[in-house]
Amino acid sequence: MYKIIEKKVLSENVKQMTIQAPLVAGKAQPGQFIILRIDEKGERIPLTIADFDRKSGTITIIFLEVGKTTQQLGTLNVGDVIENFVGPLGMPSEVKKYGTVVCIGGGVGIAPLYPVVKALREAGNYVISILGAKTQNLLILEKEIQLYSNEFYITTDDGSKGQKGFVSDVLKQVIDKKGTINMVMAIGPIIMMKVVSDVTRKYNIKTLVSLNPIMIDGTGMCGGCRVSVDGKTKFACVDGPEFDGLKVDYDNLMLRNRRFVHEEGAACKLVGVVQ
Amino acid sequence: MSVRKTKYEMPEQDPKERIHNFKEVPYGYSKETAIEEAKRCLQCKNKPCMKGCPVEIDIPGFISCIASGDFEKAAEVIKAKNNLPAVSGRVCPYESQCEGECTIKKIGEPVGIGRLERFIADYERVKGAKIPQKVTSSEKKVAVVGAGPAGLTCAGDLAKMGHTVTVFEALHGPGGVLMYGIPEFRLPKKIVNAEVDYIKKLGVDIRYDMVIGKTITVEELFKEYDAVFVGTGAGLPNWLNIPGENLDGVYSANEFLTRINLMRAYEFPTYDTPIKMGKIVATFGAGNVAMDCARTALRLGAEKSYILYRRTEAEMPARIEEIHHAKQEGVEFKLLTNPLRFIGDVQGHLVEVEYQKMQLGEPDDSGRRRPVPIPGSEEKIHIDTALIAIGQSPNPLIPKSMKGLTLGKHGNIVTDDDGKTSIPGLFAGGDIATGAATVILAMGAGKRAARTIDAYVKAKK
Repeated sequence: MYKIIEKKVLSENVKQMTIQAPLVAGKAQPGQFIILRIDEKGERIPLTIADFDRKSGTITIIFLEVGKTTQQLGTLNVGDVIENFVGPLGMPSEVKKYGTVVCIGGGVGIAPLYPVVKALREAGNYVISILGAKTQNLLILEKEIQLYSNEFYITTDDGSKGQKGFVSDVLKQVIDKKGTINMVMAIGPIIMMKVVSDVTRKYNIKTLVSLNPIMIDGTGMCGGCRVSVDGKTKFACVDGPEFDGLKVDYDNLMLRNRRFVHEEGAACKLVGVVQ
Repeated sequence: MSVRKTKYEMPEQDPKERIHNFKEVPYGYSKETAIEEAKRCLQCKNKPCMKGCPVEIDIPGFISCIASGDFEKAAEVIKAKNNLPAVSGRVCPYESQCEGECTIKKIGEPVGIGRLERFIADYERVKGAKIPQKVTSSEKKVAVVGAGPAGLTCAGDLAKMGHTVTVFEALHGPGGVLMYGIPEFRLPKKIVNAEVDYIKKLGVDIRYDMVIGKTITVEELFKEYDAVFVGTGAGLPNWLNIPGENLDGVYSANEFLTRINLMRAYEFPTYDTPIKMGKIVATFGAGNVAMDCARTALRLGAEKSYILYRRTEAEMPARIEEIHHAKQEGVEFKLLTNPLRFIGDVQGHLVEVEYQKMQLGEPDDSGRRRPVPIPGSEEKIHIDTALIAIGQSPNPLIPKSMKGLTLGKHGNIVTDDDGKTSIPGLFAGGDIATGAATVILAMGAGKRAARTIDAYVKAKK
């Protein structure tokens, strides 16, 4: 059993929870994820680690309420417990001194970007962060990420904050202005990572993306999270979740992530959740 | 006195009924039938059947107890060697082990050793298993990684020897493949739980959500434990590596079975994990896992359940009973058939598989005749779900995270017969060492490793 010791509502459908999980916190590194199961009848879902504190033995997760499990998770409060919370899983981010790096986060993908930004800055990189969301209210962790960024940009689809448009627009401007970018890290909706990779491919910039396919065990057993990278089948749980963004088959990932949309809808309806 | 040439039948659920439920297929022997079947045993002095038993059960010994009606004693004889008899009594390939060596086979069917083991295990479970008296503690601590058949057997034996044993399991429950892999209708989960309870009552502590190599490293385990046994099994599903394998509708056998067995997707939405199944399902492969997939598909409402296999029935690796049950239930076998590609519709859903017909050529390395394509024999059939059941490779987590550990070419941990690895104090057994094999071979490996570990920790100062 893993206790919820803090809960924050970050935006309408985005919640942050800090969970007591000392063994996971002891090993967690930027880029890794956990799998949780709320109760005995629950499904196992992966969530990327948004922050960790080895001293207090806690892991912070941030999640968008999209399906039955995340909705149910959102109803839990401080003091409640989660039945299973396992990790840290996956390979850590490739944190080292690249030089100038651009860190791009979209929507709830900003959450797992945060520890990576922190680590890249601490490794001596010049960090340019670009955060994007549909609208101002859906932006999260602005202050936290700005604190670790040398340059900081915001875009919203509706122009309610920062530049109106997409993160890829700002990315192009940044690349043109800076000339040399040594690495781009992008975490967010699949379509965002795809568009970002289309931009960086033109400039031949090393690009890392963090993928979030459907998983069950998270230990390399089920093969549900397989993704096609450079034409080869990889398992996001043990080979990833970070991959070379220029080589990922995003269209297949989008298809595979929609595999249970119909069933998910039925489960939500049953518990009176609006999707 | 002449010996009855055939086994006494074990009653089972009607195939027409059972394809609509997940209840266990065979009902097991009654006391009377068990005694009659036990009386078929010739009690051979040289006990040939025992040579075929990886966990070294005194087979004629327990059978003679059944023949005389002493079921409790029979249970004691079995439990002296086998910690999980209700499991092995259901899933062992008896025909190629104990029953394959039975003397009566010369004139007819062997003694139903598997059925008798199952009968005793069930008899004992209903009555409440006797827990052997605790021996004096050895003051030695052993960590076992993985709560599957190898780990549970090893842990149980070590506890019986007086060692303090902790099992570290990555998933949220015990049993490993017994829970996530083998379906309810072949091995009911409450039976696995009862067997695990017995292991716990021996004093074994099982901790869940522990991914060794991630949550805790093996090096860290060595700081607290005198020895470590790795029984992490065969994860990592193998693929056909043909076009279209990532289409929506193509599952690895592991994902399909895990959703249904461990996560209980067949009870969705009472349980949260979904499964999406089409009406025309094709399973690729012909081992026990493939039979499990094809039969599960029927129970989930498939109108057609095919098995596509490159060779012929004679080469199928599945147990005879599984093939027999699959046929009874209406699984259709397309033999000498090799898939070439999966074809999707515009949205990326699987709609067809193209395959070619094969014929058997010269024997290959495995001694089985190699299937060779017949040119121009390509055909397509409509399917909407494909289940890939062509084996698994060893789980990569521990092999990947340990320096100095000698690995085989498939990423398996190399051990000797007694479970020793290249690192002192580290032992391994089951599928992680051998590659995908059977439950009983994993149990046998766990058993041998327990003996080796016992000697190792006792010699350690």
